[in-house]
Amino acid sequence: MSLAALATDNTLATRAQRVAAVAAEFADRVDAEGRFPKEAVEAMKAARLLGIQVPSAHGGESASLLEIAEVCSILGQACASSAMIFAMHHIKLSSLVEHHETSAWHTGFMQEVAGRQLLLGSATTEGGIGGNLRNSICAIEVDGAMCRLTKDATVISYGVESDAILITSRANADAAPSDQVMTVFRKDQYTLEHTHDWDTLGMRGTRSDGFLFKGEAPSEQIFPQPFAEIAAQSMLATCHLLWSAVWFGIAADAVSRAQSFVRAAARKSAGQVPPGALHLAEASNLLQLVKSNLLSGIETYENAKADGEKLSSMSFAIAMNNIKIASSQTILDIINKAMLICGIMGYKNGTPYSLGRHLRDAHSAQLMISNDRILANSSAMLLVQKPDFSLLG
Amino acid sequence: MNETIRELLSRVGGLPVQMSEITDEADLYAAGLSSFASVQVMLAIEEAFDIEFPDSLLNRKSFASIKAIEETVAQIIKSREAA
Repeated sequence: MSLAALATDNTLATRAQRVAAVAAEFADRVDAEGRFPKEAVEAMKAARLLGIQVPSAHGGESASLLEIAEVCSILGQACASSAMIFAMHHIKLSSLVEHHETSAWHTGFMQEVAGRQLLLGSATTEGGIGGNLRNSICAIEVDGAMCRLTKDATVISYGVESDAILITSRANADAAPSDQVMTVFRKDQYTLEHTHDWDTLGMRGTRSDGFLFKGEAPSEQIFPQPFAEIAAQSMLATCHLLWSAVWFGIAADAVSRAQSFVRAAARKSAGQVPPGALHLAEASNLLQLVKSNLLSGIETYENAKADGEKLSSMSFAIAMNNIKIASSQTILDIINKAMLICGIMGYKNGTPYSLGRHLRDAHSAQLMISNDRILANSSAMLLVQKPDFSLLG
Repeated sequence: MNETIRELLSRVGGLPVQMSEITDEADLYAAGLSSFASVQVMLAIEEAFDIEFPDSLLNRKSFASIKAIEETVAQIIKSREAA
């Protein structure tokens, strides 16, 4: 396709490619400086990618989860931090898209996200809960038409750059830790006092700093359904699936670099391949496993969405957990193999085959919702869940 | 059945409140039933009533309240008798 044709081609994949080109250009600087990828996020807004999930009738494009995952993967091949920000935004947006129907305010706000390309942030982590987002210490205070919340949020990714934050808390001052609600606060309805710095091994551009959040907003901005329902029916699944799509993108780019390395070496000395070339076949095999696993997970989710009971069933939760565990572990193997193939050229920064950033970014995957926590959760469910080994579903 | 379920909940449910304060219709998750404790409750109920929950009933809804648990257990016993 010619450049002129590319500029006017507005399919989702092409728009994503254009944003990925911007993200790739700044990826090393974002990583080195540990800064928010503002160029890539501006490009996402310009390409109107932040509202694609919103139904067409509400000003979006009714993009399927598969289409959103594809954008995550395309961006992940360019800049993992940018891709993760895009994924996290859409995970928050899924709460609005799947649960807006009983609230006029949330429906209106969802339309605004698409119309004005608002970037949604998330504050589910809190000091003292030990990483379990299904527990809160802080409680929202509803005072007639207004509600107030103070939260020691140890992580709010791109908190400063978000246009609104979706934040969890206990439903009221007397509620149990697991009796939670989620509330939307717009940027002008809260203050953030910086408490923890995000200086990390990888994913340095997500700027997942800690903040003391203090917000006040009309009470109608609290989601009417319990957070437990939102978490079980849309958030956890979209989270594991879209994260996995980002991770697939990181691994795919590593394999692509390794493949270029092998090809260049084979061209230079005809008939001879570099010693690591066998690993390329192994890496390609593992990459295919990650891809198949992700695609089958997306299909499982799309099928279960039509049936609320299936969505909240244990076998569905276990299936989603398995996808997260498998993709987060396997990408490390894949990138390691790519590193063996590229050798010192992969280990060094600033070569066409550099893999340091990929490897560092990929190490976050096992820790974003710790795999140990997820395994413990699955193993508890496996005590009662009855296995179904049918290949038909 | 109601009493057995209440006894099991108080033994393995890990709820922060007294069982006497929980009505049959009360949302057990809102009362503080964690997902891990709900699995323990399911296991204890399977043992007490000598039943197995089919996968289709292993969801949040089946264990949302004491009444829901009663209905779920009754449904399983009924379908076993019919079989």
